[in-house]
Amino acid sequence: MALEKITQVSGKGVYVAGNEIDTDRIIPARFMKCVTFDGLGEYLFYDVRKNEDGSDKDHPLNDNRFSDATILLSGENFGCGSSREHAPQALYRYGFRGIVAESYAEIFFGNCTTLGIPCFCATKEDIRTMAAAIEADPSLEITLDVENERIRFGDQNLTAVVRESARKALSEGKWDMIGELTEGEPEVVKVVAGLPYMAP
Amino acid sequence: MSQSLFEKVWDAHAVKTLSNGQTQLLIGTHLIHEVTSPQAFGMLRDLNLKVAYPHRTFATVDHIVPTDQRQEPFADPLADAMIRELRRNCEETGVTFFDLPSGKQGIVHVVGPEQGITQPGTTIACGDSHTSTHGAFGAIAFGIGTTQIRDLLATQTMALAKLKVRRINVNGELHPGVYAKDVILHIIRKLGVKGGTGFAYEYGGSVFDNFSMEERMTVCNMSIEGGARAGYVNPDEKTFEYLKGRPYSPSGDEWDAAVERWRSFASDPDCEYDDVVEFDAADIAPTVTWGINPEQAISVVESVPTVEGSAEKDKALVAEALEYMKLPAGAPIKGTKVDVCFIGSCTNGRLSDFEEVAKYLEGQKVAEGVKAIAVPGSQVVDLICREKGLHTVFENAGFEWRGAGCSMCLAMNPDKLIGDQLSASSSNRNFKGRQGSPTGRTVLMSPVMVAAAAIKGEIADAREVFGVGELANA
Repeated sequence: MALEKITQVSGKGVYVAGNEIDTDRIIPARFMKCVTFDGLGEYLFYDVRKNEDGSDKDHPLNDNRFSDATILLSGENFGCGSSREHAPQALYRYGFRGIVAESYAEIFFGNCTTLGIPCFCATKEDIRTMAAAIEADPSLEITLDVENERIRFGDQNLTAVVRESARKALSEGKWDMIGELTEGEPEVVKVVAGLPYMAP
Repeated sequence: MSQSLFEKVWDAHAVKTLSNGQTQLLIGTHLIHEVTSPQAFGMLRDLNLKVAYPHRTFATVDHIVPTDQRQEPFADPLADAMIRELRRNCEETGVTFFDLPSGKQGIVHVVGPEQGITQPGTTIACGDSHTSTHGAFGAIAFGIGTTQIRDLLATQTMALAKLKVRRINVNGELHPGVYAKDVILHIIRKLGVKGGTGFAYEYGGSVFDNFSMEERMTVCNMSIEGGARAGYVNPDEKTFEYLKGRPYSPSGDEWDAAVERWRSFASDPDCEYDDVVEFDAADIAPTVTWGINPEQAISVVESVPTVEGSAEKDKALVAEALEYMKLPAGAPIKGTKVDVCFIGSCTNGRLSDFEEVAKYLEGQKVAEGVKAIAVPGSQVVDLICREKGLHTVFENAGFEWRGAGCSMCLAMNPDKLIGDQLSASSSNRNFKGRQGSPTGRTVLMSPVMVAAAAIKGEIADAREVFGVGELANA
């Protein structure tokens, strides 16, 4: 199955400030009582976006200026904690197609890549520069260039990092590996045969 | 060439290098539960793929099960739909399901080891970040997302980049009243919640040599809280002794061959690590968290930090945590009023946890106004505790003794904090809202420290409350 080559994503941005934003924050556990991922976008960042009576809190995602943002900016160790794929699924279903943060938790990073969401690492200063530019002009078009590891907006052209395996996977259309894993079956059988605990 | 256990296990399970540069890795043991697996079975159906090795996937139900009213249908229709979906998926694909009526149900990271499914030198994955627990047996165990569950169901393999290995030595003697939970909270406090990114943690030193298997599990469990996707301890005689005679352990003639094989996976004494960190056991005190991630921890005799006194890079997060936790900056953590006390979870819901607490609960009473619950990690743990009469000790002290499940660790079942209640908890995460209320507050600590908090109605030093160790003897 041919996958889209994700060489770059472009769109408007929104900055959700903070370090150590965990996957419980991105999607609280009580919204995982579901057997499909459909509809998860609605509950993205729910407890920091909504009061207990359902009214809106002061949060960038509740700000109309950023309502059609597709690129999310945040801080350090984004997506730490629970391995729940519900978190990147909620981000994707809400409309996000790319993330720029200082660093990511390992499992979250892998889950995003598998869904075709590029995760860029940038410096705190560059993220602040981007956030200021978005604040000044929410309609600003940002381009995340996966192949060349650049972030472009206005007259800026910043260096960023996309981990090599993810860059290759995304830009060559190999971010969902099921096809290649399935093709490896003859080799898998050989490895299985050498491991006594795999015996039926 | 000398190798670490991680490298040996990796090499034994590597299938090939994929075109994106990652390794196709065979995962010999796949564990699933009701929350992260249904979508994977759905994807499999959409792609018209079958489960390749159904005898190597094991299921249980843990996150959503009520711990009080356990008869079906559950009062929560969403929870009920999830258990029915898992049952259907297992029936259709031939996957073994440790279902509620089996007597073997429980938290997936408690069930795997106690059934003897978790074995040295193997690879294990589960759609749950605390899969690192299984590393206590010298297995390489990863938490994964749902798309990778699909990959495992379809091929028994997944795509993964190799991790570096950091050896963490803890040598010396732990003070009385200091537990495995304190060791891992201390390690995370010192190395940080992202210190382990890109690493597997290999734990060793005299403290780990002396630890029981259950204590090793407590530490490996929280590797992920330190940012390490996997954590392990080399297998030794204790490992083999624990596994002997368990339902899925090798038996008869196969036992000796298995032990020989398992032993061969241990890290070579002269192998090189990507990093080595040393801790002195004597520096570790009973540790509690004060903030909103597990790195924000102090010893129970210390005071809550102040923004001014914190490093520049930490100031914003310290301020955010102080505001959320509603704790006075600079004041002792001891004496903080608690509303709820929870003993359980995949970190501290095993037999030895309840045995240790029961030693001190005899003749004690939970403070008025405190809700205290004890939740065994599995039906097997529950049964043994009942046989030993431990549940009576808890109940007489004023704890509610519940059925097995994840319960208030993440509050996907009816066990939740209300409003901004403060919980003394033996679980693993103190994130905002983690225990079911968007404003609920969690203070992580060892089970014995939770019991001390329950008795005093406030965060307390268990060594003083129960007369443990040198403080009491001084």
